[in-house]
Formats: sequence, structure tokens, C-alpha cells
Amino acid sequence: MNFTDVLSNAFRGAFGPEAAIYALAAVGLNLHFGFTGLLNFGHVGFMLVGAYGVAVSVSTWGLSLWVGLLVGIACSIVLALILGIPTLRLRGDYLAIATIAGAEVLRYFYRSDWAAPLTGGVYGLRQFANEFFALNPYSSDLALGPLYFSARNLWVMTAGWALVILASLLVYLLIRSPWGRVLRAIREDELAARSLGKNVYAYKMQSLVLGGVIGGIAGALIAIATQSVNPDNFNPAVTFYLWAIMILGGASTILGPIIGSMIFWFLATFLDSFLRNATASGVIPPDLLSGPDVGALRFVFVGLCLLLLMIYRPAGILGDPKELRLDVR
Amino acid sequence: MSDELINPSLIDAREEIVATEQDSARSEGAKRAAAALAGVAAEPGVAKPDAILVADDVSKSFGGVKAVRVDHLEVQRSTITALIGPNGAGKSTFFNLVSGFDKPDTGTWSFNGTDISGSPAYRIARRGMVRTFQLTKALMRLTTLENVMLGATGQRGERMLNAPLRWVWKGQEKDIEQKADDLIERFRLGHMRDEFAGTMSGGQRKLLEMARAMMVDPTMIMLDEPMAGVNPALVQSLLGHIQQLRDDGMSIVLVEHDMDVIMSISDWIVVFAEGAVIAEGRPDDIRTNEKVIEAYLGKRRALPTSQENEA
Ligand SMILES: Nc1ncnc2c1ncn2[C@@H]1O[C@H](COP(=O)(O)OP(=O)(O)OP(=O)(O)O)[C@@H](O)[C@H]1O
Ligand SMILES: [Mg+2]
Repeated sequence: MNFTDVLSNAFRGAFGPEAAIYALAAVGLNLHFGFTGLLNFGHVGFMLVGAYGVAVSVSTWGLSLWVGLLVGIACSIVLALILGIPTLRLRGDYLAIATIAGAEVLRYFYRSDWAAPLTGGVYGLRQFANEFFALNPYSSDLALGPLYFSARNLWVMTAGWALVILASLLVYLLIRSPWGRVLRAIREDELAARSLGKNVYAYKMQSLVLGGVIGGIAGALIAIATQSVNPDNFNPAVTFYLWAIMILGGASTILGPIIGSMIFWFLATFLDSFLRNATASGVIPPDLLSGPDVGALRFVFVGLCLLLLMIYRPAGILGDPKELRLDVR
Repeated sequence: MSDELINPSLIDAREEIVATEQDSARSEGAKRAAAALAGVAAEPGVAKPDAILVADDVSKSFGGVKAVRVDHLEVQRSTITALIGPNGAGKSTFFNLVSGFDKPDTGTWSFNGTDISGSPAYRIARRGMVRTFQLTKALMRLTTLENVMLGATGQRGERMLNAPLRWVWKGQEKDIEQKADDLIERFRLGHMRDEFAGTMSGGQRKLLEMARAMMVDPTMIMLDEPMAGVNPALVQSLLGHIQQLRDDGMSIVLVEHDMDVIMSISDWIVVFAEGAVIAEGRPDDIRTNEKVIEAYLGKRRALPTSQENEA
């Protein structure tokens, strides 16, 4: 049983590329739900079109990676419009249903034989982000005591966390403006906002598009970081991890998604590493738990930790518990 | 205390005092409104000399219930017009229809001479016709100040592209804050300024909603039971505000159940029953109107008198 290993792995998880990418996606989701009250249960759909925008542009069409990024962003905008135009005039549940269904339909579409000439079908696409790694300023790996990051990962982390900070800063500026005040008013009561002359539909659409674009960029970053896309990596579970991250950190706070993502990935890698270490060293008998089950079991424990957090900090780590006590009269 | 209240001579004396107070305190606006409405007959659907809101053939059914069926209704500009009627008479539904919050089955209506039937609610509000809700809609996780500031129209910072550019809207925001603070003081919510609106009491929320609506600078304001749950001392001062607004030229339509309030401040009263306008007139016309008494007390209570007459 090597605790230094377990802990250093956990810290790597907290700062690694996944944490940055999930934080970025959660910033977009937080704009939707935390600040506008939009029930988006298909955020992974934005990530998917963002990722494939890059992958298809480079691998299939032979375009530059940067053009691919723009294509990914454009696809996120189109997806937001397709989801929003028919549903945003209706009650909130319609958007929820449309987003769940939309994300799944997209996944099946991208993996279908019919789309395979473009998307690579079930095999996906790979090796399209060389342009990104060619710019890598880090020439050697980084070892901080037991903490170790490869030069590749360092570069992805730098880009990822920089984008997280940029996106958070943008959301911060937006939310503190009169525009953000209208969004928060819509979250509280759409009819009241409308009675004061606010074009609620337009504001909801703007929020859906902007949050969707942030999600799309996060998806593009996954594709770039792993140099591969596969439709089945964009499954509904991703959306629910994002919700967990947002609520854990504190929905409708600026730093919530960042803190939430770091804690989430700390817990996930800690438990994974801990269980693997424990089974390998025989602390947990092999007939009780073996290697392959660890991956599944760790999320059971992550869920348990989230449950405890919600009981003791119901508004999330950064959320204001006072807000939850406001009742409807 | 209760003996005093029951003593009839005292009540008479009090009413007399109230009556004389009101007579002597009749404002310029009230006189102006009375003069404008002087020649208008007290009958349902009557035309007004200077109507700001004109509704024609507006109807709405919920399943089998005909909630609203207004053949013709005009609201005179710069007056306080009260909508009264028993519970379920269709007053709130009528509000919802003309303010664009609900779609009618039939009907057209115009505001300030422009046909606004079918316009979305936010456009109607921008045109200057603002309404409040019977069930208050405090924006709970916004502070009182934010709630009121939201009402301001034409905010540059409300455009997404301007929003991150603080210097574009900072100056305007300051003016809006100043105006909001004035309104908050006027509605005696100063101590709640930076609290979440969700921490307010029911009556405070009514006040907040009115202050917020005033922030839009409406030409006509439609208040759905603004005094419900507000303490009597504050009701008096609110009535004062409402009269002041009328004196400044604003048109006010208000739904209210308190007859004392209605009779004391209305320039014109419209009576709803079962969705239709059954009577219209000045307070004195309504007080003595048979149909109104019947609508309020029910036919059964009204019948014996007619039987007595026949006997
Ligand atoms: N959304 C709705 N669905 C079904 N029926 C409705 C709806 N809204 C109103 N009604 C019906 O329409 C009628 C008029 O209701 P409305 O709320 O307009 O009455 P009101 O005059 O405002 O009464 P109150 O003085 O109690 O507020 C009632 O019979 C009510 O049951
Ligand atoms: Mg009502």
C-alpha cells in the first residue's frame, strides 16, 4: 500500500487535463443552469459537436486545426439554435427533454455507418492535433516531488486552465452587468422579467448559445488532448458528471465549476488509485474486488462523497446556503 | 375597544370625518378626471372622451368556463379606473389577456391608439403598459435594489455585446441606481435594499412589485390587488402615491376587493361578473347599482325584496 502514490495520483487528477476540460464545460453549463435556469441535460452534445468539428475538419477535409476549432464553435452555435428555437418559448422541461434526446441522437448519428465517411463511425478519428502539439513550449517533463506531468500534458493543462480562466472571467463580467441581471431575473421568474419589457426568449437563446460554445470548446480540447474522438466517449454520463461538478462547487457561483471539477477529479482518481493499490497489495482480498471492477466501483464512492457533501453543504462548496432558505410565498 | 367599534354613532361620526377629509383633499387630478368623465353615461361599454385602452369583443374560455367575455371596454386616460367583481369574475384573466400574458380566443384591443392585440408581453410593457401580478413575483435571489433596477428600460448594458464593457454602461447604471433608490425609499423598503427579495414578507413583496413596475416609467399601470396584505397605515400612503401618479398624468387600472379603498380613490369603476362587464360608472353610480349588489350578494339574497314588492 503506497499512500504517496495514491495521493500524488489524486493531485494529478485535480490539476490534470480532464479537470481543466470538465471545469471549462461546467462553466458553460453553469451559465445555462446556474445563471439562467435553463435545464440542459445534454451538455455533452455541445462537447461532441465541438470535438468532431476539429476532428472532421482536419482528418477528413484536410483543413488546419484552427479552422477546425472555428468549425466546432460554429457547430455548437447551430446546435444551440436547433435545440433552443422550438423549446425556449415553452416551459423549462421541454428544453430538458430536447437536450437529453438531442445529445443521444447526435451520438448515434456520428457513429452511424451513414456518417462514417466523415466521422469514422464507431472507430472515430485520430491523430489530427499535431499542429497543437507542434506549438508545445515545454521541452521536458515536469516532476515536482512525487507529482509528475509529461510535457504533452503540461501543454494541454496550460491551454485548458487558461481557457477556464478566460471563460470564467468572461462569465464574471457578463453576470455582473445589466445583461447578467436580466439572466438571473429570468432564472427567478420569467414572467416577471417579461412584465418589465425584457425579451426573455432572446436572452435565453443568447445564454444557450454562449454556454453551448463554451461546452463546444471544451469538447474540442478533449479531442485535441487525446488526439482522438470516439462517439461513445460522449455518452450521457459525461453530462451528469458535469452536473455533479457544478452542484458540488456551487451552481451560480463563478468559481464553483473550477473548484467542483478539481474536487471531483481528485476524488475520482484518489479512489481509483486507492482501490487499485489496495487490491494489488492484497489489503483488499482479490476475491472481494479485482482490477476490472475498480473503475465501476470508484464512481459508487464518488457518488457517496457527493451525497455527504450535499447533506452538509447543500448549496455546494462555494454556494451561499442562505439562498436555499428563501422560500416561495 | 370593541365596544367603541360597535357603537353606531361613533361609526357615523368617523365616516363623516373621512368624507369631509376626502372632499377637501380632492386633488387637481381627481377634479380633472371627474370633469373629463362628467358627460359619460354610467352604462357598460360606454365610450370615453380620451380612451387610452380600448378592448373589443375580448373573450377567453378555460374548458367550459367562459372566464372573460368583454364586448367593449374603454379606459379613460389619466384616471384611476378600478375593476371590481366577485372572486372568479375574470378580472385577472382580463389583465393577462390585454397585457399579452395569455392568448384570447377572440378579440382586439388597442393601447394609445395602436392595435396591440397579439403583441408579445414584453413589447406591450415597452410601449408603456405595465402590469403587476396578483400572486407576487419577487425575484427571490436578486436583492431588492437589483429587483427594482431591472425595471429600467433602454439599458445599454442589457445588450450582450456591451455587457462585458463596463465603461459603456457604468454612467447609465449610476443614474438607474439613483432612481431605484428613490423608489425604494418611497415604498419604504430602504432597510431591505441589499437583502434578497426572497427574505421579504408577503406585503413587502407587493410593495417591491409596485416599485419595480414604476421603474419602467409606464404611461399606464395595471395593478392586480396591490393592497392585499399591506398594513393599513401603509395602504393610506400607497393610495396617496397612486393618486399622485394619476395627478402626474399616469393612467391606473386597479383590481381591488376593499370597497372603502375603491370608493375613496377611483375616478371610474368597472364591475365584472362571470367574465362580462355588468356595470360601469362613478363610485356613486356603482354604490346604488342593483346589478352590482346582485352580483356580489347573489340572486337568492336579492330576490326576497322583489317578492316583497309583488306581495
Ligand atoms: N389557467 C386557468 N385555467 C383554468 N381556469 C382558469 C385559469 N385562470 C382562470 N381560470 C378561471 O377563470 C375564471 C376567472 O378567473 P380570474 O382569476 O380571472 O378571476 P378574478 O376575477 O381575478 O378573481 P379573484 O378576485 O379571486 O382574483 C375563474 O373561474 C377561474 O377558475
Ligand atoms: Mg384575480
